[in-house]
Amino acid sequence: MNIWLVMLLGGLITFGMRFSLIYLFGRFQVPETLRKALHYVPPAVLSAIIFPELFLTDGAWNLALDNARLLAGLAAIVVAWFSKNTLITIIAGMVALFLLQWFL
Amino acid sequence: MNEPFKSFRAGVQAEIPLLIGVFPFGLIYGALALNAGLSLPAAQMMSSIVFAGSAQFITAQLVHDAVPGFVIVLTIAVVNLRHMLYSASLAPYLAALPTRWKVLLSYLLTDEAYAPTIIHYEKNGITPSAHWFLLGAGAALWLDWQISTALGIFLGAAIPEEWSLDFALPLTFIAMVVPVLKNRAAIAAALSAGLVALLAFALPYKLGLILAALVGILVGTILEGKESPKEIS
Repeated sequence: MNIWLVMLLGGLITFGMRFSLIYLFGRFQVPETLRKALHYVPPAVLSAIIFPELFLTDGAWNLALDNARLLAGLAAIVVAWFSKNTLITIIAGMVALFLLQWFL
Repeated sequence: MNEPFKSFRAGVQAEIPLLIGVFPFGLIYGALALNAGLSLPAAQMMSSIVFAGSAQFITAQLVHDAVPGFVIVLTIAVVNLRHMLYSASLAPYLAALPTRWKVLLSYLLTDEAYAPTIIHYEKNGITPSAHWFLLGAGAALWLDWQISTALGIFLGAAIPEEWSLDFALPLTFIAMVVPVLKNRAAIAAALSAGLVALLAFALPYKLGLILAALVGILVGTILEGKESPKEIS
């Protein structure tokens, strides 16, 4: 699918979600279960993207100690935990990746 | 001074602290979107067509990973489902508006516009010029996002390719996910989704991503039901 079509559909769906209940006010309510489930969208979706980036190399498991992306990613997780700061986490992870690629 | 203008200005003012926080995200998005393989016009236009930060970062990552378009669209839908909650929460305050106003304000309804607006509405109740507040907050954020994206694209084009900048996207996701791991249910959601993503990585059309996300959401929701309320912070 063309990237412009992806963006257009993605944009329409996003607008549809934002418009939905403002438009349907009083005729439809968000079910409690969906409300609960939405809390877990960020951890689930983001982890589903992060794990393969760290643990797989070209689609195959890579748990070797010279997997620089896995080690740098783990370092970034620790930094994110303590700093709670996006910019610091990104910089720490990139620096870790450079150093590891240099040494390994 | 008339009421609509006052309300609009109050919305802009309430948004200012968030503008400062969002700006670096726009910079990073712009720089990484190019690096992930989006064309310059696509990278810039996504900020006005989709206009949703985390969905845009994820789209850039999935384009980089050559994920099929329909899976990207499906992922955007899952990630942006939360906007229905904002829509539901603001609906009573906007119910009397004509449809064209509802369309405009819905387009501008991001996380960062919602937050100051609902606080303002809950304090002041339903007033005749309340919609101008959301317009002020939303329009200010829109402008901030377009400018920071453009600047990010400009800066990103100057970064050499050998810098492995594609790794900055997963790092951004790590920075987003770690702070939300506040209880056992959230941690279990993250771990189960990650594990399924690895095990199902070979599924056709990269559908493992959607499967992993759904399993994670399900695990978190079920565990939350079982935990005693005290454990959920």
